[in-house]
Amino acid sequence: MDRAERNAIATAVALLLFFFVLIVYAAKGLRIDLPTCITDVEPFKEGRLIQHAKDRYELHVVAKMWLFDFNQGQTEIEIPAGSTVDIYLTSADVVHGMHINGTTVNLMAIPGTVNYARYKFTKPGVYHVVCHEFCGVGHQAMQAKIVVK
Amino acid sequence: MRVEGSIRFIILSEIVFPILLLMFGIYHGVMQVLYRAGIIKADSFLGIDYYQGLTLHGVINAIVFTTFFAVAFGNGVVMYALKKPLRPAVQWIAWILMVGGTLMAAWAMFTKRATVLYTFYPPLIGHWTFYIGAVLLVVGSLLPFFFDWIPNTIAWKRENPDQKIPLAVFGVMVNHTLWTIMIIPVAIEILFQLFPLSVGLVDEINPLLARTLFWFFGHPVVYFWLLPAYVMLYTMLPKIASEKGKLYSDPAGRLAFVLFLLFSLPVGLHHQFTEPGISNVWKLIHAIFTFCVALPSLITAFTVAASLEYTAKAEDPSVRNSKFYWWTRLPYLRLEGDKWLFSYLFAGLVLFFFGGITGIVNASYNLNLTVHNTAYVPGHFHTTVGGLVLLSFLGMSLYMVSKLRGTDVKFKGLAALAPYFWMQGMFMFSYAMMVGGALEGFPRRTNAGLTYLNPDSPLYRPEWVGYAQLSVVGGALLGIGFVLFLIAFFGTLFAPKVREATIEFPIAQAYHDAPTPVLNNLKGWTVAAVVLAVLSYIPPLYDVTQRGVFHNSPAYNEQYPIPLKQLQQTQSQSDEKLSLKEER
Repeated sequence: MDRAERNAIATAVALLLFFFVLIVYAAKGLRIDLPTCITDVEPFKEGRLIQHAKDRYELHVVAKMWLFDFNQGQTEIEIPAGSTVDIYLTSADVVHGMHINGTTVNLMAIPGTVNYARYKFTKPGVYHVVCHEFCGVGHQAMQAKIVVK
Repeated sequence: MRVEGSIRFIILSEIVFPILLLMFGIYHGVMQVLYRAGIIKADSFLGIDYYQGLTLHGVINAIVFTTFFAVAFGNGVVMYALKKPLRPAVQWIAWILMVGGTLMAAWAMFTKRATVLYTFYPPLIGHWTFYIGAVLLVVGSLLPFFFDWIPNTIAWKRENPDQKIPLAVFGVMVNHTLWTIMIIPVAIEILFQLFPLSVGLVDEINPLLARTLFWFFGHPVVYFWLLPAYVMLYTMLPKIASEKGKLYSDPAGRLAFVLFLLFSLPVGLHHQFTEPGISNVWKLIHAIFTFCVALPSLITAFTVAASLEYTAKAEDPSVRNSKFYWWTRLPYLRLEGDKWLFSYLFAGLVLFFFGGITGIVNASYNLNLTVHNTAYVPGHFHTTVGGLVLLSFLGMSLYMVSKLRGTDVKFKGLAALAPYFWMQGMFMFSYAMMVGGALEGFPRRTNAGLTYLNPDSPLYRPEWVGYAQLSVVGGALLGIGFVLFLIAFFGTLFAPKVREATIEFPIAQAYHDAPTPVLNNLKGWTVAAVVLAVLSYIPPLYDVTQRGVFHNSPAYNEQYPIPLKQLQQTQSQSDEKLSLKEER
């Protein structure tokens, strides 16, 4: 290998390492981490929004063909700005996806499992939620809303 | 090298047959941008549903076309580089399995019995012919490797003990070794989960296990698509650019191929970053390996650029001392000889530059949260598999057809222009998809024209309109590019024969070469790759079978929100009632 080649490879390795350090910093320092394996919450049948404190909520979402059950069949919920929400997600039938547009909440809903993410809604506004995994003929209408006031 | 009889027919048909299917696959690609932009506001158009067409688009373009081409190209390269004949019996059995399997799966998809998309995630389930067809296709594609290429390579090695096997053959062998390994998990998924579920042998399966097995195959497969293109970039591109062209470094090429063999497999979890039931520690480890597999592509970027620099300077000594001006000496749009083929590889390379960078974004663990399953993802992979892979395969298909038929390339100007139309179209399409997806959350795999892109719908999302419209312009250019290619392709296929039928490739010599005994030990690297893959998959497989999944799931089809079994029971009950009524 000649010098130019060695330099090119060294630059490539350094670049990838740099990216990787940033990722780990974002995950562990800024706490923007991926969902992990949930073993202590069993899959549930009904969506529920539970308020624990003024700005603490727990949201159980059941994704099913072709709606998001956010709270006893409702697909729209309202929470005050500044709320921190623990989101639990499961599926009642096939695989669905739940993306809260404009946030880092992006979860797959897989039957038999529970997915989890925590998010703090600081900015008021309407947060659109779309299903982003093909789940049958009604997929393009499977959506929901979180209104932050 | 002359080629006749059944081998010639087989290689030729392995190119023509998938291109006939590809015509439908790309037709529906163009239709999809129209649906998504709300230009077609319907479930279906001309008898094909949106999601059915999407399934066909993915399966034909990404599985059928690529697999057939990899076999045809491998057959050609191994035959030409080793100067050994292929065995017609092996080739015929492989051909029958591949064509038969493809027709089975195509029947299921065209008759709406398998609208499950290219990833066929259970518990959505299709007709069993879809799954068995896919298995036959991949099994058929392995036969030439085991019964033609390996024995021929061993025999060649015995006759030439002090030479390395040619780099092109080395790349093809690495590619099919990878292919063999990655097929095992998806074959387990199909034969032990999906097939039994689709025929009713079992009632429930573990969908997360199925997804994990699928992505154990589903990411390595992108390197199975890519490596034939890399073989062309390393061994052929310099020779196409100029008769004096040389590959900058042969050992660098071998190193890149070996790194692909090692790191292509332990990376599948980066498709499952947002999934439940898998500890994020393993997700991070797979992210590290995904970064490792970016390395051989970065090495390739250097080597290809260096080869082109050497070639341009050898062709035109007046740019010998210039740092950048040699770029102007490459045959971007030239029609003498086989220089038209340069357009395909060059346009593909430009697209792949963006494909590589955006791929690193996907691999980047938490950054994936902003792009997962948004339109960003198809935006990314249309610059890789729909960029370099497709363009190099199309160009090489045309080249091989002209040699195998003994005809001149017809409509050469159109043939040379087609990849640039494709490149421009893909830039617009991918830009629209990636920006709309990453910034605005425009989802992939969604017939948006019915709802989000329909101004009359309460679900209308005006912020997505501009992106969807730009993707229509891109899609139209892509369609035009492909039609230009087809004119040249069929013109060449049916042109009068002017030479004898041959199989040949423009293979360049290496500028830097050295013995590489460690890299050439493919057996050892294969063992290492398998060990690494198994180790990296034991913990996630434990998670998805023992920890994260609470119960199995019954099958569904895409039409009804009730399990298939229940649906069939109610249907048979209502049928009975009807027949009772009739009797009365």
